[in-house]
Amino acid sequence: MSKLVTLTIDGKQAVVPEGMTVVDAAKSVGIDIPVFCHHPKLEPVGMCRMCLVEIGRPMLDRATGQVVMDNGLPKIQFMPKLEAACTNRVSEGMVVMTISDKAKEGQRGTIEFLLTSHPLDCPVCDKGGECPLQNLTMAFGPGRSRFIYDEKNHLEKQVPLGELIWLDRERCIQCARCIRFQDEVAGEAVLGFDERGRNTQIVSLSTPGFDSVFSGNTTDICPVGALTTADFRFGARPWELKAQASICTQCPVGCNTTINTRREARSAGEIVVKRVMPRQNEEVNEIWLCDKGRFAYHFTESKKRLTRPLVRKDEKLARASWSTAVNLAAENFVKFKKDFVVLASGRLANEDLFNLKSLADTAGGRAILYSDMGGGDITSLVGVGQGTNIGTMGRGDAILVVASDLYQEAPIWWLRVKQAADRGATLIVANPRETKLDKFAKYVIRYAYGDEVKTINDFGRKTKISDEFAKAKNAIVFYGNEGLGFHGSSGLASACGILLKETGHIGKPNNGLVGVWQRVNDQGAWEVGFHPEPDLEKALKGKVVYIVGSDPVGDDPALAKALRGAKFVAVQDILETATTEIADVVFPAQAYTEREGTFTSGERRVQRFYAVVPAKGDSKPDFSITAQIAKGMGVILEGSSVSVVFDILVNSLDAFADLSYEKLAMVHGQFPIVGRGDLYYGGTTYQNTQGLGIQLVPSAQTGAAVHISKVRKEAALRPKENELLAVPVNKLYDRGVTVNPTQLLDQRVGEAAITLHPLTAGELGLEAGARAKIKFDGVSAEVTVKIDDSISTGVTLVPRSMGLTIREPVVAKVK
Amino acid sequence: MGVFEPVIELGRGLAETLRSFLFEKTVTVQYPEEKRAVHPRFRGRHVLKRYENGLEKCIGCSLCAAACPSDAIFVEASENTDEKRFSPGQRYASTYEINMLRCIYCGFCEDACPTEAIVLGDNYELSFTDRRDAIYTKDTLLEPAPAEDLTTPRKVEAGAFTRSVPEMQNPSAYGLGK
Repeated sequence: MSKLVTLTIDGKQAVVPEGMTVVDAAKSVGIDIPVFCHHPKLEPVGMCRMCLVEIGRPMLDRATGQVVMDNGLPKIQFMPKLEAACTNRVSEGMVVMTISDKAKEGQRGTIEFLLTSHPLDCPVCDKGGECPLQNLTMAFGPGRSRFIYDEKNHLEKQVPLGELIWLDRERCIQCARCIRFQDEVAGEAVLGFDERGRNTQIVSLSTPGFDSVFSGNTTDICPVGALTTADFRFGARPWELKAQASICTQCPVGCNTTINTRREARSAGEIVVKRVMPRQNEEVNEIWLCDKGRFAYHFTESKKRLTRPLVRKDEKLARASWSTAVNLAAENFVKFKKDFVVLASGRLANEDLFNLKSLADTAGGRAILYSDMGGGDITSLVGVGQGTNIGTMGRGDAILVVASDLYQEAPIWWLRVKQAADRGATLIVANPRETKLDKFAKYVIRYAYGDEVKTINDFGRKTKISDEFAKAKNAIVFYGNEGLGFHGSSGLASACGILLKETGHIGKPNNGLVGVWQRVNDQGAWEVGFHPEPDLEKALKGKVVYIVGSDPVGDDPALAKALRGAKFVAVQDILETATTEIADVVFPAQAYTEREGTFTSGERRVQRFYAVVPAKGDSKPDFSITAQIAKGMGVILEGSSVSVVFDILVNSLDAFADLSYEKLAMVHGQFPIVGRGDLYYGGTTYQNTQGLGIQLVPSAQTGAAVHISKVRKEAALRPKENELLAVPVNKLYDRGVTVNPTQLLDQRVGEAAITLHPLTAGELGLEAGARAKIKFDGVSAEVTVKIDDSISTGVTLVPRSMGLTIREPVVAKVK
Repeated sequence: MGVFEPVIELGRGLAETLRSFLFEKTVTVQYPEEKRAVHPRFRGRHVLKRYENGLEKCIGCSLCAAACPSDAIFVEASENTDEKRFSPGQRYASTYEINMLRCIYCGFCEDACPTEAIVLGDNYELSFTDRRDAIYTKDTLLEPAPAEDLTTPRKVEAGAFTRSVPEMQNPSAYGLGK
């Protein structure tokens, strides 16, 4: 803890850590000093001059250096002019006056000046109603201007910075919050100033424009309506929106979101989602949200949503009543009891997965997690301790990221890890190719695909890197499945677990293992007892399969073949997929926006999401459908109240002990202060009023003995001549069913492309952008070629969920 | 009281009736054949105004809906293009509805409107046989275009209409401000 200093602000005493700015100190005792350019998450710059205040400091005797006393009190010497409260750091005995006539005069003048060229088109501005410039003008402005109206400076009004963000140059007040966010927080300097004086304007420095996955955040912290999103453009006025808390389902970070809804005429009077905003949770996403989380919600309103149960009649799927569909499924599940398989994915909530697991267990079936990444048992054992907050990691701590491109797989983790590195944490990135995180890493380890386990085991030998990792106060390991299948990632998880155990980095907050899963609740599925099956094809062939929230047919032709050979297929999903097409019975499920539930994030934080919009058609929540089918099979499961399912789950699983919906909904004060009354300060991120969630305690933290068995190294694939090793990599904007329906992101998704080393490409006679034929494991496709000289020769990177089926490294032929 | 006094009074009354019948102008108006002019500040049914060039004044800002004390107005905005332009600037009202059963004719919507698009007119003849008919849509509320070719939406010269709110003038020109 740093030294505390005492100062007086408007007669109020404040005791704050040394080095804090006067604005932040005032905010901490409830005094609002108006600001535009200052943001508590950014370095102060003093550009807007809105925070002018009178500052006095104790007078020192020049000869002795002692404080001059006056009637027993220190004599305060005020500066002759007003000072910016955002660039001045607090000092002992400081006296600040924020509402004196002189200070108010200065603040009035600044507002008057800022408004000289502001277009005042608030009626058509998307920020109108939640605009700091509007609010501060009402609170501090002069009410009338002395400037000449004809001399207003007119600039371009509709400038697309990228396809996601619009810029209105007239509205901009040159506070540079967006530029500074991109430079300091996101570490991607894609915005900058151009021109000078009154013509100063924001420009995008990248191709394509505003090339950052954090671009939406600049619209939150923009204190005027200069930056707005293309998605919400003219969608509604902010005061017309209703807000409800939710959790982002796009990756395992589990960012807290607030979903804004409105009843709309163009949606035939339905209540629809208008925008997704970040909700503050300083331990998860702080006040940020990546663009995928912000814009990819459109899949819930896709035209392909299932709304009625379907039953196969004469080779065709026809509408049926719930009872017919449920009875048909229950009958078949009972009839072929021995072959009953439940295949579910981490897209489902904890409660859904729990009911499915209970059904499988009671009915004697198998519960399989639809995922090709392993190691969830290890993360339950030596996962990060309760109380983990990457935001508190810094000097003396270490973070190891292995086999994962966090920027593409979990952008907010990337952001937080990068910031921990900025604060002085030792960041070690181990990846076979260059990733965006390398730039911020102290050590970068390159290994060949297939050598993941060996690389981690090498930490056992004494090297500079392993020494620093072992001696770190706290250490977290993020492991992913880049270039790995189920066996590979399981082995990697074990190796990481052993490394953490041997270095003593388990069972404490800010220590442990985090899996960079592909779906939001993969960790929750492991906790509930779901495990992936390495040979899924065999496990499904000739069985009675109950597929929930996954699309194996669309993902993998081999699985499609296996499922066509299944005895009976029941599919429960929110969208029509290739899998529903081959199903014997289809159940329409509700999307996460239509129901309540909980997700377990990669950091094992259990968080609640709430019903935001009414359910589509006749759909039902997953846990409820499962309970109905169970009833038909003679198994009693809770199917009406999701909180009761959660209570039963809590009673049956040790990891969840003592949790309840009430506890998950608890909140406490957070800094910086954001939302409604304080949006001038922290931005339009929503204040968290509906729950911060609770982290599960890993076994290692309860004092239980931790045993992780060593993994045998598998024989690496050896491609022959004329063959390449095809390895799967993850891409943020992919063709997954939860991304594809969002047209706005089409440009970022792009087309399927394989990546080759320049030498390999040269040997094959291919150039960047050329079309190539790739053939492996029953897959053959024509794709575009990308060149990357940071990967090794003889390897080709194949992105997952881009139309090419790849579950694990395979040998491929490229022509 | 004498015997003749009531008779005299009765006669007086009848004489007054006869006088007013013969010499005074009638005040009764033969509604609906005849209609009386309303007062200049009368608040009747709303009208959505157009500019002289035919473009709609309404920019879909929804401030009328925000000001409405009885929540009678519903507005939904969309984006203009030069190919299909409704109003000047970027934004127009794609849906504009007023529930006349809810409206209390207070005129707050008129006060709130930044472009003087919504105006309470002089039409007071509102009757419906169905609750649904009480919801007036944009087609009914919008005043007719000044000429056949000046209707909306229409294709306009690119970049000619960039501002939603008319250029602000010095308030002292209106006798406001200093």
